[in-house]
Amino acid sequence: MGPREGEVRIPSGCAISAIMDKSGKRMSGSDILSSIELMHDRSNGLGGGFAAYGIYPEYADLYAFHIFYEDREARTETEEFLRNYFDTEVAERMPTTKVASIDHEPNIWRYFMSPYIGKLRDSRLSEDQFTMNAVFHINSRINGAFVASSGKNMGAFKGVGYPEDIGRFYRIEDYNAWLWTAHGRFPTNTPGWWGGAHPFTLLDWSIVHNGEISSYDTNRRYVEQYGYECTLQTDTEVITYLFDFLVRQQGMSQKMAAKILAAPEWDQIDHMDPKDREFWTNIRACYSRALVNGPFSIILGSSRGLLALNDRLKLRSLVVGDKDDKVYLASEESAIRLVCPDIEHVRQLGGGEPFVAELYPEVLAQMESKKNIYTRPVSMATAGDFE
Amino acid sequence: MMDLTIPKYKVLRDDGDCIRCGVCVRQCSYGVHEMDEDLNKVIAHSKECVNCQRCVVMCPTDALTIIRNPQSDPESVVYNNEVISDIAKQCQTGGVLLAGSGNPKPYPIIWDHMLLNASQVTNPSIDPLREPMETRVILGGKPGNIKIDEANHAIKTPMKPLRTIKLPIMFSAMSFGAVSLNVQKSLAMAAEELGTFWNTGEGGLHKDLVKYKDNTIVQVASGRFGVDTEYLNNGSIIEIKIGQGAKPGIGGHLPGEKINAEVSITRMIPEGTDAISPAPHHDIYSIEDLRQLIYSLKEATNYTKPVAVKIAAVHNCAAIASGIARAGADIIAVDGFRGGTGAAPIAIRNNVGIPIEYALAAIDNRLHQEGLRSSVSLIASGPIRNSADVVKAIALGADAVYIGTAALVAIGCHLCQSCNTGKCNWGIATQRPDLVKRLNPELMSERLVNLMHGWSHEIQEMLGGMGINSLDSLRGNRLMLRGIGLNDRELNILGIKAAGE
Amino acid sequence: MKRVYNNRKFCMDCKLCEVACKTAHSKSGNIVKAYKFEDPSPIARIRVEGNLDDSMAIQCRHCDDPDCVKACITHSMTKDPVTGIVSVDQNRCIGCLTCVAACPFGCIKPADVVLKCDLCTARSNGEDGMPACVEACPNLALVFVDSEVE
Repeated sequence: MGPREGEVRIPSGCAISAIMDKSGKRMSGSDILSSIELMHDRSNGLGGGFAAYGIYPEYADLYAFHIFYEDREARTETEEFLRNYFDTEVAERMPTTKVASIDHEPNIWRYFMSPYIGKLRDSRLSEDQFTMNAVFHINSRINGAFVASSGKNMGAFKGVGYPEDIGRFYRIEDYNAWLWTAHGRFPTNTPGWWGGAHPFTLLDWSIVHNGEISSYDTNRRYVEQYGYECTLQTDTEVITYLFDFLVRQQGMSQKMAAKILAAPEWDQIDHMDPKDREFWTNIRACYSRALVNGPFSIILGSSRGLLALNDRLKLRSLVVGDKDDKVYLASEESAIRLVCPDIEHVRQLGGGEPFVAELYPEVLAQMESKKNIYTRPVSMATAGDFE
Repeated sequence: MMDLTIPKYKVLRDDGDCIRCGVCVRQCSYGVHEMDEDLNKVIAHSKECVNCQRCVVMCPTDALTIIRNPQSDPESVVYNNEVISDIAKQCQTGGVLLAGSGNPKPYPIIWDHMLLNASQVTNPSIDPLREPMETRVILGGKPGNIKIDEANHAIKTPMKPLRTIKLPIMFSAMSFGAVSLNVQKSLAMAAEELGTFWNTGEGGLHKDLVKYKDNTIVQVASGRFGVDTEYLNNGSIIEIKIGQGAKPGIGGHLPGEKINAEVSITRMIPEGTDAISPAPHHDIYSIEDLRQLIYSLKEATNYTKPVAVKIAAVHNCAAIASGIARAGADIIAVDGFRGGTGAAPIAIRNNVGIPIEYALAAIDNRLHQEGLRSSVSLIASGPIRNSADVVKAIALGADAVYIGTAALVAIGCHLCQSCNTGKCNWGIATQRPDLVKRLNPELMSERLVNLMHGWSHEIQEMLGGMGINSLDSLRGNRLMLRGIGLNDRELNILGIKAAGE
Repeated sequence: MKRVYNNRKFCMDCKLCEVACKTAHSKSGNIVKAYKFEDPSPIARIRVEGNLDDSMAIQCRHCDDPDCVKACITHSMTKDPVTGIVSVDQNRCIGCLTCVAACPFGCIKPADVVLKCDLCTARSNGEDGMPACVEACPNLALVFVDSEVE
């Protein structure tokens, strides 16, 4: 067997797709499945997956961990670790269906948990940071275990295979979500394990991405200063950390963060009025290494909604359209028209121009109220070792 | 005392081509060539020759060639002619052997052991003729945690003074006294046209160059020559020089014969006296003293200018750089052991310091580990020979580079390493009026501008090839580098993989 | 008109302008032949005055009101009303050297018939080319510019 994803960097091409209902109305996974299936040729059977938001309303206040285990030891070790730091309400096998083309799947478990209050207080970290550190610990320190998703009221369903097969394997038609994102991957090399599949997630963040960024190591070394560990060596991982750092830790809006990742060009800045010129010059000076370069089209999912972004030069296709409360995005227009024939306002997203779709404010407020059991100030503390 | 040295070079003249025009005679300040009217021939005193190649370049019929003296070395690899000659010189004078330029010894050049990447298939290379290619760099200290008022497009955190350069290359410190005023004029004019900086070195700022203040880095070194409030305010950036790569740990000595009226006024010292730069700053015996000097300079200029600290690349430079960042410097400049000099003891130049490539990688790593990298700018130098070196330095983690020797080569320097003699035939490392005037700033600044434009085009091509359209995305992007002919430990220090990995 | 001006500050007494002038006005146009084999040996019309410390190259100024033209007894020295170039008609000159004495700059070279700077018109085929001396100057101490532009 060749090296696994995380041990090497694997350039990939991809298909991505997303459907969101801004009113928070939930829909089953069938449309997103059809949409990504249409772009079958953009994948090569070596990776596919989905992220879904609003799927666990009954556990909305608990962190939902989807974890892959390669063997029994990995599960034993992980569960022992979790027992020390989290109060686990539910621990169960992920419901799946046998699909002919899917094999070598890991043991997939899911947990609904909250951090032990005592441990959380001792750590002086926010609840999110505490949980994030636990995810880093499992992914980088426990052999054979990988946290596929860790947010509240959301989950990632991913693996090695064509995305439509992966969707069927996970029975995503059985879940209802107000936001679905999907990813079909064309890696040049076999990722070797399911942890390498996409979407990549961290807490509430999920990201699907098509492209190969050329600024990877600059971005990686930048975020690693702030306690993130890039164990997978993938673009999606580092882009997620960039967003997490800028939005959660630096307190920016997603749109602002997007404008840092795809910053205005100096030529544009030079033609701005003096106030804006100074602002953007300072922003670019301070966040120069958060600039993401090379081709990318990303859809970032979160508990607020989605943000889509193309690289500054528009080197990857990403089409957006809407119909009533619903927003559709896909690498190809056909993948939207298939599931929404009367789609409106269809257009290519401009290079470096962030597209944001958020839940309506009242819906968002209602969801937020159910989410947090503790509200603590955001901490700048870096990821600590759990031992 | 009998001179035991043998000529290092031999001047060969093709008598068939020599037209006896006498250019070589008039151009050589070392008195190598002599017109012999009796013989109707130009004869050469090879022993005086330093191989500056001025005569070779100027000869209108290309009749001259200078070769290394083919005199056989003794049957010893230990005591070769060079070693013997050094001993011979020293036993005759009892002095310290001096030379100019950088360390010439055959230590490995790590730049040449690193290769760059290019895009193929999975992501496109970017054509700099079609797409914007950003080479701009912003230098200065940046606040760590920034609060933004997004609605009003304002940054609520107080910003420190920043400086923009249009390309990631600046001219490094070369003081008036060590080099001629025409050299500094050429550098200043070029810096202004290019939108970058030149650096005064520690010799003060001549009044004729004050008009280039927006493109000037004023240096404060251990001798404090020419430093007063006006001087500080005539710079756009202030640089505290702790050390330089060619001679880490020692000071400088500009002999009195180079202190003419102009140098004397600019350095604020009496004409004809030796200008001694002490080895340390006598008000900096520790890191907290450095902090005081940094803040004194900031106070003196009302916190309007970034303050840089320049150190030589030495064994523990990573920890030192981290301390400098903590002491409040906005910019750290690191000069490798190949960096140039006007004059240094040969023993120091050839044996002290470490390669800039390792120093840069180690400092950049340490600043990352300490969470300080984003708050300070990092400049590398010593040597940066071409555009590929620039690209590799930035990929290792530098924000920008300084060039010194390469800039001097652009205006004529042929690396004869005789800067210390004060007889530079190229008008560079001399104060003799008849030699200084050989360097016309109008012409030389154009050469410098051309060189930088050439490098800039090449940098853009290399960036585009890597699928990058902004230098920001190359900085510390070590995946773009692969090592060749380096061992595991060296690769590890550089933080790069081996070619083929 | 465009004239050759010298910049004394940057003249370094290398005399490459003389070499270039001599070659440009040789029969062969080849520097080695011009210096070593041509007979009569060609003559440079520009000369560098001074020494290493202070020098400047001097050749015909192509004066607006040239004394040499006034002094010429055979009307062989004329100033072209269009180009402004002062030149000598080699067929009419009798070598009386009155012009040599009259020139305040000493820029006319005595010979069988006198020789002087022609701004390399022959070399550039009458076009507005760069005189050989200016081209050869390594330090921009000689420039070929139109001073009346100011």
